[in-house]
Amino acid sequence: MSQATQAAVLHDCRKIFAETLISLARQDERIVAVCNDSVGSSNLVGFKAEFPDRMVNVGIAEQDLVGVGAGLANGGMIPFVSAAAPFLTGRALEQVKADVAYSQARVVLCGQSPGFAYGELGPTHHSIEDLSWLRAVADLPVVVPADPLQTAQAVRWAADNPGPSYLRIPRTPVPEVTPPGSPFRPGQALQLTDGDDVTVIATGTMVSRALQAAESLRGEGIQARVLNVAFVEPLDVGAVLAAAAATRGIVVAEEATITGGLGAAVATLTAQERPTRLRLLGVPRAFAPTGSTAFLLEHFGLTAVDIAAAARDIMAHARF
Amino acid sequence: MLSANHEQALRFRSTRARLARLSPGQAAPVLREMAQHVRRDDLRMIHRARLGHIGGDFSVIDILVTLYAAVLNVDPADPLAAQRDRLVLSKGHTAGALYATLAYCGFFGRRELETFAAPRSALNGHPNRTKVPGVETNTGPLGHGFPVAVGIALSARLQASPRRTFVVLGDGELQEGSNWEAAMTAAHYGLSSLVAVVDRNGLQQGARTEETKQLEPLADKWVSFGWEVREVDGHDHAQLLDAFRRPGTARPVCVIAHTVKGKGVSFMEDRAEWHHKVPSDEQVEIALRELSA
Repeated sequence: MSQATQAAVLHDCRKIFAETLISLARQDERIVAVCNDSVGSSNLVGFKAEFPDRMVNVGIAEQDLVGVGAGLANGGMIPFVSAAAPFLTGRALEQVKADVAYSQARVVLCGQSPGFAYGELGPTHHSIEDLSWLRAVADLPVVVPADPLQTAQAVRWAADNPGPSYLRIPRTPVPEVTPPGSPFRPGQALQLTDGDDVTVIATGTMVSRALQAAESLRGEGIQARVLNVAFVEPLDVGAVLAAAAATRGIVVAEEATITGGLGAAVATLTAQERPTRLRLLGVPRAFAPTGSTAFLLEHFGLTAVDIAAAARDIMAHARF
Repeated sequence: MLSANHEQALRFRSTRARLARLSPGQAAPVLREMAQHVRRDDLRMIHRARLGHIGGDFSVIDILVTLYAAVLNVDPADPLAAQRDRLVLSKGHTAGALYATLAYCGFFGRRELETFAAPRSALNGHPNRTKVPGVETNTGPLGHGFPVAVGIALSARLQASPRRTFVVLGDGELQEGSNWEAAMTAAHYGLSSLVAVVDRNGLQQGARTEETKQLEPLADKWVSFGWEVREVDGHDHAQLLDAFRRPGTARPVCVIAHTVKGKGVSFMEDRAEWHHKVPSDEQVEIALRELSA
C-alpha cells in the first residue's frame, strides 16, 4: 500500500450528493426532492432550508413516495426521490417497475446508505439485493458511483437524462478514485489501471479496494487491469469483452448479492460471448450476521486482500 | 405511439364546447348517448379480442365519458399539452373502457380498437402511456394510480397551475394500502385540485367487496382521512357532472360513484362472473340491442 493510499481522505458521498443537487436546483426550478421522512438520512436538510416548497415529504410511505415521484415527473418536474436504498427498492419495487421504468417517467431514484452501510442494524436494513432486483427491470439505468466526483457526475447526468434512473449513493466512506476530467456516460466503464495479466471489475465502494489489490499484485509482478463500472446497466460490453480477451480472467467485486448484480452481468456476457475464468466476489444468498460495515465486508470476503487472492487464484490456472 | 384522429378530435372539441355551456341536467342525455356508444364499441372490442374486463368497463364508462366530454380540459390533438387536466385510470384492468372512450374523443382512430390485445398492438390489456395518447401513467397492478395522481396534483401546485387531476379507483382496489398512503399525503398537502372517483360497484374479481374484505363505512373512511366526500349515482350523468364541476373547499374531494358492474346489459348486471367473462356471439347480439335502446 502506498503512502498516498494510506493517507487518503475518506468521504461520505451523501455530502456531495446534496451539494450537487442544491446547485442544480438553483439553476433549474423543475428540480424537486421527494423523501419518506428521510430528509436527514438523505442529507437534504440544507435543500429543505433553501427550497422548502420543493421538498416533498410523504412520510413513512415508500409506495406513495415512488408513485408521487412519477406524478411529479408527469407534471413536468424533475424529482429526485431519495430514501434508504433497502426500502426504496424493496418496499416500492413494483412502483419502480410500473410507475417509473415501464411508464418511462423522468424520476431519479436515489438509494441512500446502500450495501452494508447500516451494518449492525441487520439484514432488514442492508441493501444488497437492489442491484439484482433493478437489473431485472427493463429500461432503467442502474448507476453506482465510486467516489465524490462520480457521485456529482451521476447527479448531473441523471438530472439531464430524459428518462428514469437509479443512483446508488455510497455512504460507507470512500477515497477519491476517479481522475479529474474522466467521462461519465452510460455503457462506459473507466479503466483505472493498465494490465494484461488479470482484470478486476469493481463498482461503488469496491473500486478503491480493487486499486489496492492491483497495487499489491504489482509488487508480485502481476499486472492487473482495474475497471470501474459506474453504469452497471447499461454495461460497457466492449470493455468487459476486451478484458476477457486480453487477460487470463476476471475478478468482479461488488457490495451486493452475486445472484444478479454486476458479477452476474459480467458472467452472462462472457459466458456467451468470450468464456473466461471468473471469480465473483459479493454476497451469496445468505443473510448477514450481526456486525459493523467493516466486519461484514471482511466476513463476506470483500477486502483488498480477498480481491488480490482471487486474482492470484486466476493466475494459478491456465488460460481458457 | 398512436396519433390523433383529427376529424374526430375536431368533432370532440365542438361537442365539449357545447356541453360546457349546458347545465348538468341538459348535458345528461348527450352524455348518456355517448356512453352507450362507447359501451357498444367496448363490447365489440372485447368480443373480437376474446378477452377483457367487461363488468368493470361497464361500471366505469359513465364516469369516464362524463369526465372526458364535459369536465377535463384536454385536447386529443395535443395530448401532452403542459396545462392539460389529468385523468389517471388506476383500475387499469378496465383499459377497454378507457380505449373506447379515448377513441371516441379522437385521441386515436376508432379502427385501432380492432387491434386490442393483438400481437404488437399499442392497446395492451392494461394501458401504456408510451404507446397510447391520453394515458398518463401505466397502471394494471392495483393501488398505483392514486400516488401518481397525488404527485401530479403536487406538480400543479408547485407551478401555480389551475389544472385539475382526477384519479378513478376501483372499490376493491381500496384494499391496497398504497391508496391510503396517498389519501393521507393529499390531505396533508391540502390538494384541493385533486378528485378521487371511486367506482363503487360492490364487486371484486370473485365476490362482493363486503364479503371479501369490508370497505364500509367507506364515506367515513375518506372523511376521517381529511377528504370532502360526495356520493352520487355513478350512472346518472347529471349527478356525476354536478359532483365533478362543483367547486370544493381547501380539501381534496372524493366522489363515491355508486355503480353496477356490467351496467346496461341485463344478464351482466351485478354478477361477479362478468368480471372478465367474454360474451358469446349470441350474447353480443342481445347486448347490442339493449345498449341501442
